Amino acid sequence: MRHPFCLGIESTAHTFGAAVASGEGVICSDAKAAYVPPLGRGIHPSEAAQHHNSKAHEVILEALKKSRIRPRDLDVIAFACGPGLGPCLRVGATVARALSVYLHKPLVPVNHALAHIEIACLTTGALDPLVVLVSGGHSAITAFAARRWRICGETEDITIGNLFDMFARETGLATPGGPEIERVSESGGDFIDLPYTVKGNDVAFSGLLSASLRAYGKGAALPDLCFSLQEVAFSMMAEATERALAHTEKKELLLTGGVAANKRFQSMLESVAKDHDTRFYVVDRKYGNVQSKNAESLPTSELGL
Amino acid sequence: MFKVRMPKAYRHPSLDYRLRTSRTIREAENLHEAKKAAVPTPLVYFVDMDNATLVMEYVQGPRVKEILDKLNHQDRVKLCEGIGMHIGQLHRASLIHGDLTTSNMIRLEEDKVVLIDFGLSFHSHNEEDMGVDLHLMKRVLDSTHHFHSQEAMMAILSGYEKIVGNQSSLRVLKKVREIECRGRYSGERL
Repeated sequence: MRHPFCLGIESTAHTFGAAVASGEGVICSDAKAAYVPPLGRGIHPSEAAQHHNSKAHEVILEALKKSRIRPRDLDVIAFACGPGLGPCLRVGATVARALSVYLHKPLVPVNHALAHIEIACLTTGALDPLVVLVSGGHSAITAFAARRWRICGETEDITIGNLFDMFARETGLATPGGPEIERVSESGGDFIDLPYTVKGNDVAFSGLLSASLRAYGKGAALPDLCFSLQEVAFSMMAEATERALAHTEKKELLLTGGVAANKRFQSMLESVAKDHDTRFYVVDRKYGNVQSKNAESLPTSELGL
Repeated sequence: MFKVRMPKAYRHPSLDYRLRTSRTIREAENLHEAKKAAVPTPLVYFVDMDNATLVMEYVQGPRVKEILDKLNHQDRVKLCEGIGMHIGQLHRASLIHGDLTTSNMIRLEEDKVVLIDFGLSFHSHNEEDMGVDLHLMKRVLDSTHHFHSQEAMMAILSGYEKIVGNQSSLRVLKKVREIECRGRYSGERL
């Protein structure tokens, strides 16, 4: 019997994506279109939704074409059902439901955070990791136990992606903020003292955001500020991760989500993993944003640490 | 016993120094403050700030984390009630522990619990901060002691209430609920 095929649709934030995957975990195609807000502005949810509306059919057709699977041969239609931006989520949900009704295929809602975790486990081969999920929509540390993903720690206010996006927007950098801040930070290096907030296994970023913007207003050099902002924010997450690792005693550490692409954060968590004798995995950049094959799976011993 | 806060290779050196020294001082101060509030803590003999080192009393016994799930119902409830009372004593003295996990509690033979690791502790009259303290406790029970988490949390809260009183306890619990709802993955909210 052939493996079932699933069409997955994602529209949680700035990207509308569609992919076809088989039941054995092969990603047959992966198509996407991203809404890019004007410089100095963040994602406007209804504008992003309009973008998704206008691109949905192209993206889905591209995913189907590349996969060489006929629509009627699909077995399941899945969509990301949140958390995410309401107006954007609605586009994916509506399109998925329409296809499901039209093709008579079952419709499966998928939690956005679980999608991030599952694609990372599938592509890296991690079996039972402590997961660090960092993106515009999430900042959580989680582990699987007794049939559930249990949250060991998370942000108490904004996510790390929000922190970077808001900082970027206020300082005239492009959106999404993370990659821009990483790029600008490379020319900085003087450490500016900024508030560091770890509450047990939880973190909070809003005070760090306010203080960074205040420092910017007082004329701090942007490269140094980007450098320090990254240092402090990632150190907070790394500490919370270390605590969770010590407490859960997991032997694998998996970094996923859009912010997983940041090289500095990767190196910090590699260091944490090494100290705890834990294998470190990081999701491939192209699957950092939810969607669906070849990811890096590097044991720390092979990273030259 | 020497408690040395080792430099973390992943952290920027100035941030690392700032965190290690400030936590060492906090811990020394608040281990003492907690003792004044009748919470058993190890005695501090010496503080070496520059090397982020505390010399303190060695406490013999297993961490609550290792034994909580192995105890029988009655002993577990008794232990948790005791933990709750100590948390209440800290909060009554406006002291927030900041890292209430079962790894940071040592059980002595005669059913007594010693609280350790005050590196994230601070002073506050704020119910929000007390709520965060209890929220973390609850989170740890849910994620690492899920088979007994409800029973354990109930016992902790009953011990807590005995110390801070019904009114304060209810106000703090309301905060805990509020904090839970702020989280993105709160089960009850879904």
